[in-house]
Amino acid sequence: MGVVPQTLDLSAPNAAAGPGQVSDATVGTPSSGNPSQARQEPEAPTDQRSHDDLLDAIASTRDKTAFAELFSHFAPRLKSYLIRLGTDAAMSEEVAQEAMVMVWRKAESFDRKQASAATWIFTIARNKRIDRLRRERRPELDPNDPALVPDAPDAADRSIEVQQTEESLRSAIEKLPQEQSELIRAAYFEDKTHREIADQRGIPLGTVKSRIRLALARLRQEIDGFDTDPGPSSE
Amino acid sequence: MTQTPGHHLNEEALLGYASGALGEAESVLVATHLALCPACRGRTSTYEAMGGSMLSQIEPSNLSDGALSATMARLDQTDPSEAPCDDGGFDNATVTVLPRPLRDYVGGSLDSLPWKSRGRGVKELPIRIGDGSVRASLLRIGPGETIPQHTHEGVESTLVLKGAFSDETGTYARGDVAVATADHDHAPVADSTEECICFAVIEGPLRFTGPIGRVLNLFVRP
Repeated sequence: MGVVPQTLDLSAPNAAAGPGQVSDATVGTPSSGNPSQARQEPEAPTDQRSHDDLLDAIASTRDKTAFAELFSHFAPRLKSYLIRLGTDAAMSEEVAQEAMVMVWRKAESFDRKQASAATWIFTIARNKRIDRLRRERRPELDPNDPALVPDAPDAADRSIEVQQTEESLRSAIEKLPQEQSELIRAAYFEDKTHREIADQRGIPLGTVKSRIRLALARLRQEIDGFDTDPGPSSE
Repeated sequence: MTQTPGHHLNEEALLGYASGALGEAESVLVATHLALCPACRGRTSTYEAMGGSMLSQIEPSNLSDGALSATMARLDQTDPSEAPCDDGGFDNATVTVLPRPLRDYVGGSLDSLPWKSRGRGVKELPIRIGDGSVRASLLRIGPGETIPQHTHEGVESTLVLKGAFSDETGTYARGDVAVATADHDHAPVADSTEECICFAVIEGPLRFTGPIGRVLNLFVRP
């Protein structure tokens, strides 16, 4: 499908630069010398790097300016995410900070072909929350596990899909009926059983389940064009 | 050519794993299936992208003054608690049969573990996961043997790791997930050609709180 991803990467001047060049363009005067950029407000970034670029800069050169930029965008959102999950504000901020420290430490494992920066940071914060607040271990896949059944070869580079999937999901969630999108959000932002969600909202359990199933079916339908895997073969 | 599973996890289990709402024992089962099932991995990636999408759209909260500098000050510290789990000490047969997420919960190689006999040709190894509120075990069934009739109060989800078994609902091979509810009378029989090793998670009735994905027929997509 002819969807043009509204990707920040395309506008980033150094998107194609090698790792060694990334930090050279971190701060300071605009590399193009464009006078309109020079008139920007002091707070405005002089060099628009996408979040993916910022993570790559951390991975390759331990770029603290890149980290600060990423922090100012994501830490306030991670705090909101944790508050939504029922954590008090102070603890939410603490865990958000710890998650961002993990982002710094694990930046090398970020792969823009597999996930966007927002998705990757979401998974870091999700796991940090399970570890710190639920005090459970998070079982994760080991990409080097000899027992891992690998993806089909043509699924190896998902970079275009990654962008398209996120764009499609965003609009698909917005297009859901409110009663469905609310429950999908609850699946991410409320640590509750279906039963608890039903009781809290005063709707029957069966209704909660069927609305979530409907919503997931619609979302999958919406992004099916970008789904490389053929889905499970039916018996 | 590696065989990929035909009996998959359902969308709710994958959503619960991706969102982080699923409890630890069920998450071990999901992650172990994912190691064996590229199709379900793709779906899980989509649900994680949903989390990323929602994180992008959430209204940001104000941070306290100095939050950034406090975090920056921690960047160069090391935290020994974050050292990766040791994956050593397993023989080849064990590494081949047990994918990593499950291996981390099993204390040693398959033949060195304290299996308990559960009748003719059937052995069980309880595995403690988290607070132990959800029962989890490895089952080892000899070729052609039948798992004795057993009762479980909740939903039992069984992931095949080696060999295969059949019951009246079908045949399950490596990577496949079978689900049995309390009112589901079944007597699975292992294939006659080799032993069958499975990982089973049973949701007991004593656990009242839990994740969004914990529903009947949680782990099966028809």
